[in-house]
Amino acid sequence: MSTKRLTFKKRLHILKHRYRGKKMAPAFNAFHTFLFSPDETTHSGSHIRAADDLKRTMNTVIMALVPVLVFSFFNTGYQHYSAINGFPENFSVIDHFLTFDNFWLGFVQVMPLVVVSYGVGLLIEFIFAVIKGHEVEEGYLVTGMLVPLIVPVDTPLWMLAVAVVFGVIIGKEVFGGTGMNILNPALTIRAFLFFAYPTWMSGDKVWVHGAVERAGTADAISGETILGYLAQNNASEYSYSVSDMFFGFIPGSVGETSAFLILLGGLFLVFSKIASWRIMLSAVIGALVMGLIFNGVVEAGWIVEGSTFYSLMNFEFWQHLLVGGLAFGIVYMATDPVTGSQTNKGKWIYGFLIGFISVMIRVFNPAYPEGVFLAILLMNVFAPTIDHYVVRGNIKRRMNRLKQATVYPKTTDGKAKELKVETI
Amino acid sequence: MALLSKKDTNLILDPLADNNPITIQVLGICSALAITAELQASVVMAISVLFVLGVGNVVISLLRNIIPTKIRIIVQLIVVATLVIIVDQVLKAFAYELSKTLSVFVGLIITNCIIMGRFEAFALGNGPWKAFLDGIGNSLGYGVILIIVGFFRELLGSGTLFGIQVMGDPVTKTGLYSTGYENNGFMIIPPAALIVVGIIIWVQRSKNRALIEEN
Repeated sequence: MSTKRLTFKKRLHILKHRYRGKKMAPAFNAFHTFLFSPDETTHSGSHIRAADDLKRTMNTVIMALVPVLVFSFFNTGYQHYSAINGFPENFSVIDHFLTFDNFWLGFVQVMPLVVVSYGVGLLIEFIFAVIKGHEVEEGYLVTGMLVPLIVPVDTPLWMLAVAVVFGVIIGKEVFGGTGMNILNPALTIRAFLFFAYPTWMSGDKVWVHGAVERAGTADAISGETILGYLAQNNASEYSYSVSDMFFGFIPGSVGETSAFLILLGGLFLVFSKIASWRIMLSAVIGALVMGLIFNGVVEAGWIVEGSTFYSLMNFEFWQHLLVGGLAFGIVYMATDPVTGSQTNKGKWIYGFLIGFISVMIRVFNPAYPEGVFLAILLMNVFAPTIDHYVVRGNIKRRMNRLKQATVYPKTTDGKAKELKVETI
Repeated sequence: MALLSKKDTNLILDPLADNNPITIQVLGICSALAITAELQASVVMAISVLFVLGVGNVVISLLRNIIPTKIRIIVQLIVVATLVIIVDQVLKAFAYELSKTLSVFVGLIITNCIIMGRFEAFALGNGPWKAFLDGIGNSLGYGVILIIVGFFRELLGSGTLFGIQVMGDPVTKTGLYSTGYENNGFMIIPPAALIVVGIIIWVQRSKNRALIEEN
């Protein structure tokens, strides 16, 4: 049989041609495109040849996420064993963190989340592509990787599946698919999970693997996030050092803990020109400004020690960047080119308000110890409005410049005639 | 001879599907979002609106030739207000607990756009029998959507239907809950109703493509 010698790629290619024009064609095409580079070229219109298509853009973001994912394996194991056996004294990264036990436990816990996220999400994309008869877009590649990184490690898989179905259909497909969505799909999924199943998304049990099932038994363990601890107990002391926070040896959602690796990922995205440095920088500034305002309120003595928001307001302003999902959200979510602002000036405003509002929600709403996803979703909604006014402002400024440069003919009474500006 | 002529039948059937007050005319959304967290409340609301709109349409239709045009809105308001107060008092007398759940929303039937809309658009220009059928049809169309939304929101959000636990007990983990299933808290909050109504509109328009607006 000669077909035996055909490569997998060739067979897929034949299959694709056999199904051309049939109903299931988009599904085969998608599978082919996913694995290999497509052999078709654009047929009509003018087009340019560029090295980066949607798929390469997406893959670059995935590459920036891989270190975070691998770190999350280790951290899941580290948090679990430390909660059971006690945190090691004289902590050393090699001996206590980068162990195979840690890695394996995290791998077993986190990989199912990744598989479910991709499996369900891509299934929905395939179904919609077949129903609507268009080609599958690569939009879910990044979303599918982001989702497992922003949920607590013990999230039940069926909940994740339900949320992915909701997020992909309501957050993206109803608006017309990839590139047309108003809200970031990964954050829509996170928000759905938060409002639908709050007991699995907040509190002091969900952040460390095993804490939920051990609750109420003699072996009970707990692991609060730093923000959750401050919000709940109104304390000013917590057991993690600044370097723990920076390198990410703290409890939290799967991939959000390591500010260090997120910073590296962010730099990679900036230098590969995939993500906007303006949004990242302005979001950091926004968070620092809000944090400084809160610190200033405490300094000025306007809030007494022990009152409701004291401990969170007293939290060092720059440490807000190291805890919770703020760094992760700024680097990987706020910079989403579809849902963010498009204009350069708009990006500054958009980013600044994300940082500003995130820290505000953190401090003022004890029910939401983490405000990043809410802040980004809110600004996603406002991004088109910001862009609209930036564009209008540009038009107006240029019109004024034009008006000043134009010499008007004098009218009979000696006054210059006004040029009427058509509003666009 | 049939009880209803073809035209009369259409008066009732049209608002149920292709001219539905909620999904096509997008009226009465406010109450559809507010009270549909429980099926029972949805049903009572649907019946209340059925009564108010059915009787109100007849009253306005009978008075249509003697109402001065300039003050017709005031007259309409008085008629709705009277009927709503009757509903409110009946609920308070015979179903006190329920009337507490519905709280202000019974009173707010007055402001339900469907009612004033039908008075203006139909009852002022048609005879009492036709107006009655129109009122019944529109309130049934409203009620159907309310009940569908209420069904899904109560089933998924609380695991109950009419307050009966149909999926087992979430506290003692029986039935479906023993497999790890949990109620969806998102369905309890009003934004979920907006999404459910949106999905109904989506399904309806993909079934009947003539409803999709061109733009």
